[in-house]
Amino acid sequence: MSTERTTLERVEAGLARRRRKELLFKLTGMFATAIGVVFLGVFFTTLIVKGSSAFQQTFLKLDIELSEAVLAPDGELDVRYADFDGLVRTALRAQLPEATSRVDRRALYRLVSVGASYQLRDLVATNPELVGTTQTLWVPASSNVDMFIKGDIDAEADEALRPLSDQQISWIRSLDEAGRIDMRFNSALFSNGDSREPELAGIKGAVMGSFYMLLVTITLSFPIGVAAAIYLEEFAPKSRWSDLIEVNINNLAAVPSIVFGLLGLAVFINWMGLPRSAALVGGLVLTLLTLPVIIIASRAAIKAVPPSIREAALGLGASKMQVVFHHVLPLAMPGMLTGAIIGMSRALGESAPLLMIGMVAFIVDVPGGFTDPATALPVQIYLWADSPERAFTERTSAAIIVLLGFLLVMNFAAVILRKRMERKW
Amino acid sequence: MTMTAMTETSTDNPEPIPAPVTGSSKEVPVSREIVLPAYPGQHTELGEKTVGNVTCDNPFMIAEDVNVYYGDNHAIQHVSLEIGKKQVIALIGPSGCGKSTFLRCLNRMNDTIETARVTGLITLDGEDIYRKEQDPVALRARVGMVFQKPNPFPKSIYDNVAYGPRIHGLAVDRAELDNIVFSSLERAGLLKEVKDRLDEPGTSLSGGQQQRLCIARTIAVNPEVILMDEPCSALDPIATARIEDLMDELSEDYAIVIVTHSMQQAARVSKRVAYFHLGLLVEVDETNKIFTNPQHKLTEDYITGRIG
Ligand SMILES: Nc1ncnc2c1ncn2[C@@H]1O[C@H](COP(=O)(O)OP(=O)(O)OP(=O)(O)O)[C@@H](O)[C@H]1O
Ligand SMILES: [Mg+2]
Repeated sequence: MSTERTTLERVEAGLARRRRKELLFKLTGMFATAIGVVFLGVFFTTLIVKGSSAFQQTFLKLDIELSEAVLAPDGELDVRYADFDGLVRTALRAQLPEATSRVDRRALYRLVSVGASYQLRDLVATNPELVGTTQTLWVPASSNVDMFIKGDIDAEADEALRPLSDQQISWIRSLDEAGRIDMRFNSALFSNGDSREPELAGIKGAVMGSFYMLLVTITLSFPIGVAAAIYLEEFAPKSRWSDLIEVNINNLAAVPSIVFGLLGLAVFINWMGLPRSAALVGGLVLTLLTLPVIIIASRAAIKAVPPSIREAALGLGASKMQVVFHHVLPLAMPGMLTGAIIGMSRALGESAPLLMIGMVAFIVDVPGGFTDPATALPVQIYLWADSPERAFTERTSAAIIVLLGFLLVMNFAAVILRKRMERKW
Repeated sequence: MTMTAMTETSTDNPEPIPAPVTGSSKEVPVSREIVLPAYPGQHTELGEKTVGNVTCDNPFMIAEDVNVYYGDNHAIQHVSLEIGKKQVIALIGPSGCGKSTFLRCLNRMNDTIETARVTGLITLDGEDIYRKEQDPVALRARVGMVFQKPNPFPKSIYDNVAYGPRIHGLAVDRAELDNIVFSSLERAGLLKEVKDRLDEPGTSLSGGQQQRLCIARTIAVNPEVILMDEPCSALDPIATARIEDLMDELSEDYAIVIVTHSMQQAARVSKRVAYFHLGLLVEVDETNKIFTNPQHKLTEDYITGRIG
């Protein structure tokens, strides 16, 4: 054989090396993907394992005598001052008569949530005719009972180190044996505002706060963002100024969100005098935050409209405005809406700027408007994650699940919208 | 002059452009920069006038010493040309010679290109179309345009044709609009094919049908001049033949300016032919004269296939 190598031989000589490189690259890619998937899996599993129990809550069955003597001592029923607490306690004592000393009784009362008397009050307020009867009711147990039933408190542990005494545990067991303890759907989680008592704490206040904020954000940022994008893409003369604006908008999209919070604090609260902790201010700050995202997405969508469509319309004698509103906007709309939804989901998950404008306060009432003190879902998560009680830990995870659910729905909506509005040309 | 030499000319080599075969015998040193300009009888210092006859009876649009610059690129140089009423004029020439650029001057589509600058005088029916008071929107209603690639709007067939009349307020009621749409489709030879599917998107038609839809859309505005930039380049011979027939019919009412790369098409549809070369208008004449007896060497080279 001659020393001259043919082309084929040269190619074949290099082939093994090429294949090796390809394989290595493929493996690296698979490894990277696998790591991502594993982390995601761990994240979701821990979240669900920790959070799913919060959707269930322990209830106690009590036979409560709505005695007229207690509720209306002067013959007049006033639900604001009536001693519902006393009724609940009486029922509890009747259930477990062995607790006689003051200390024992106090330990006994701690088995039931203060929510029980609120529940009783609401019941009597809506049905005053029940006064004088005895009602069998399921009332919320205290969070410690709840934790014990869910297996989060170890009965074998040192008594001094757990929140329930041996006595209380034996009471719970006897109630359980009597069929007076049950796990039910935790509707309080969705119908209550925040509370110091974990078993009464809910996310409704935070959800409504987030809702009002997003309403402000979308009504401001979408029209402003789209108008700015149209102006910059279609009308603004190309100059050093427009370049400068473009660079700044892109930079703005990368500014840490907490900076927007500081800006909001300085401008909206200190200078314009808007109320602290209000959804209105939160919405304004999130508008600043999402505006660059929407402008960038909208400009990309406008750029993607084929120039031939513009030329066709211009050639027919359409004015610039008509070209934009009759042709460019309808074609760019799916992209713009997708951008808006992505901006909104970013706004929904944002917490740092809200801390700066006082939306981190402990607020029990569900906000009823834009200027009411409010908090937001991610901030609520932050607040609960900060609470030491075990019962708040599971609620933190539950709130995260709800937040992720909202985000999932929004991103899904973006996909569907894009699919439905996409037109071929 | 051989083909290789010509190719060099087009690649920025200041190869002198050869003198006409007949006509002026004086050797003019010609560079790529400024040459061959001028209105009939009018010579610039360096140049020589366009060969043939740039005038016509009954001119409707007149271009006089038109220059177009894209930034520093002098894309159209001292072009003067008359466009007659009820007549088809074909613009031919090698790629990049400025046919589209000149065409787009006639309805001010160049206004939409930021770097483009147009000088000289272009009149429509005696009025300067670049004068201050002239609204380009109104001009484009009078000078319609059909593009190289069919570009129907992503709307229904009906809405495509109705769009122009709608924005210009040409129809007072739905019946009149229907009338305009149907007659335009009829004249574009498309009505038979689409009358049962007017609600379907214009983009669902075949390429040839789409181009006829675009023509229908243009004539629905009832323009006085129609500009066509290689309207058949994306079409098969059958669709091309239909559109050529259509041009024949339309030329009874409109002035038509068509850019084409097909000598045969130019020969079939046009009454006059203008040959462009590197931004210069080299020769203009009656179609049969250009194809049987070109005056300029460049024209001859081009139509015999030596440049292209
Ligand atoms: N939008 C533009 N910006 C800058 N230069 C341009 C632009 N359009 C065309 N030109 C330049 O102007 C010259 C003429 O272009 P034009 O499109 O008029 O050629 P054409 O004769 O239509 O060619 P073709 O037959 O390939 O369509 C070319 O050199 C081209 O590079
Ligand atoms: Mg062209």
